[in-house]
Amino acid sequence: MSVTLLIEQLLNGLQLGTMLFLMASGLTLVFGVMGLINLAHGSFYMVGAYATAAVAASTGSFLTGLAAGMAAAAVAGALVELIVIRRLYHRSHLDQVLATFALILIFSEGTRWLFGSSPLRLSPPSWLTGFVTLPGDTRYPTYRLMLIGVGVVIAIALYLLISRTRLGMRIRAGESDREMIGALGVNISKLYTVVFALGASLAGLAGALVGALQSVQVGMGEPVLILAFVVIVIGGIGSIKGALFGALLVGVVDTLGRVYLPILFRAFMPPSEAAGVGAALAAMLIYILMAIILAFKPKGLFSAHD
Amino acid sequence: MINTTSRSAPEVAPTPRNERALDRKGVVQIALLAVLLILPVAAYVMGEFYYVNLASRITIIAMAAVGLNLAIGYGGMVSFGHAAYFGLGGYVAGIGAYHAFDATPFMTWPISLPGSDNLLVLWLAAALLCALLALVIGAISLRTTGVYFIMITLAFAQMIYYFANSWPTYGGEDGLPIYLRNSLPFVDSSDPLNYFLICFVGLLLAMALTSRLMKSRFGAALTMARLNDVRLATSGINPYPVRLVAFVISAAITGLAGALYADLNGFVSPTVLSWHFSGELMVIVILGGVGRLYGPLAGAILFVMMETFLGGITQYWQLFLGLVLLGVVLFAKHGVMGFLAGRERNE
Repeated sequence: MSVTLLIEQLLNGLQLGTMLFLMASGLTLVFGVMGLINLAHGSFYMVGAYATAAVAASTGSFLTGLAAGMAAAAVAGALVELIVIRRLYHRSHLDQVLATFALILIFSEGTRWLFGSSPLRLSPPSWLTGFVTLPGDTRYPTYRLMLIGVGVVIAIALYLLISRTRLGMRIRAGESDREMIGALGVNISKLYTVVFALGASLAGLAGALVGALQSVQVGMGEPVLILAFVVIVIGGIGSIKGALFGALLVGVVDTLGRVYLPILFRAFMPPSEAAGVGAALAAMLIYILMAIILAFKPKGLFSAHD
Repeated sequence: MINTTSRSAPEVAPTPRNERALDRKGVVQIALLAVLLILPVAAYVMGEFYYVNLASRITIIAMAAVGLNLAIGYGGMVSFGHAAYFGLGGYVAGIGAYHAFDATPFMTWPISLPGSDNLLVLWLAAALLCALLALVIGAISLRTTGVYFIMITLAFAQMIYYFANSWPTYGGEDGLPIYLRNSLPFVDSSDPLNYFLICFVGLLLAMALTSRLMKSRFGAALTMARLNDVRLATSGINPYPVRLVAFVISAAITGLAGALYADLNGFVSPTVLSWHFSGELMVIVILGGVGRLYGPLAGAILFVMMETFLGGITQYWQLFLGLVLLGVVLFAKHGVMGFLAGRERNE
């Protein structure tokens, strides 16, 4: 239980948290503005990762790939919004869940059809493969540190976008009164498409960045999607601030739980059992956290809606 | 087939009021049951056991969907976590058989409890444990509504999924085999046709229970809790316990189906606890026609047929499932039963 391990795991937690924030911010924006629950958000994560891997492999440039990944996810998002999603805004949540579940099936099987079942390779660029030595002699991978940086930059950019720009003003107006901003002459369906594409491109960015750490494969978006749902439910659906707070909380609690719970149980159990119990409990930890929070605050911590 | 742009869950009366002899709907319903019963018997006579087991699979999935339909269709509670009950039911059958096979006790503290390979005991245990789990999950989840309800039921199911995945005693992510099918007194459950008939009776009982329930005073209260819970409260009935009881019954039915499913396959693994399976159960309810007594059966037949025959042609069959589902949700909200049997009277 050294300090180095703690710092390292805290950073891992932050890295998971910032990537979850990229996913969760899109989900929560779409829910806040359009009132839509979108299970297919994980598919944009996958689309971003695949496009990045494919373009990076053919051009040899990670950054070009990243740009292509974000663009592909944004285009996929805009198309899906135009063809399917806009028919769902006035439907029940049940219809939204099922239609977007159908989209997951279509995206996953379609990708498997195009790229095959075996994972694609995507590695971080060579100038980010080293380690950084932090105070306290902790060596930490540069790439992971960069991910935290990207997450922070995006969080600030989103904050500025929502609070300082005309588009942000419209998004906020759309959250509080859809009919009124339509009556004031804002093209609301264009606004919806833009918000949806923005959310999709952030998911695509997250997919591409994490894809370089793990593997790029069909279904990679689903575990992240469910974590992102936990995040926005904890944070309060529709709230960007809640998404940020929830993402960091979930990232840190999940990462630390997986490392320290087995160690904790070893104190009063035989090691073989402690590993099993600790791992089982660690895997459930964030869901327990969510259930506790919802039991006391049924609308999440920073609810933007009632 | 025109989509009624209703915001709430389907505004279908849960049960038809007219008990007239045979209209179009009656014919379709009897035909569905007859096909489900006659085809496996014929297949059995011809020695095609594969198709008998396929019919058992349809029957069990339909039964699980009957349970979910009670929550979603009649109660308006969009549970995205019914795989939890299906899986728990399956693990009850698996764990009972595991300890009976090894002759080891399931637990020794606070009471000594041996394993069992008696189906009656296992079914009772599965239904009771699922009811208990649903009581806890429902009591917490029903405090929330809308998207939060969907998400919290999903979260509880994920919790159990990850628990089963990482708990090594019963196989963890590899799952738990049932070497010998659990047995019934007087009936040879290992015979495929017998097992199909057991499942078929289970399905009929689940549907009869749903039908009786929805015709009762409780059913009227549940319908009103879905349509307008303020009005229900105004008439002096608290919606919360009504919903909770319906949720618990729904989970017990789905859990029983899970126990049957584990014994059919001789295997139970965390796959049946995954959120994908919860989604598939919802898909079946919607494909068949939400809030209709025979909807889950129609949906299960369509789903398993697509999986079996489309899956035989192309490994990408889920792409087509996705397209069909999208079409049904967007353009044909009343599902197969709405298409075959016409709409319910007051839609």
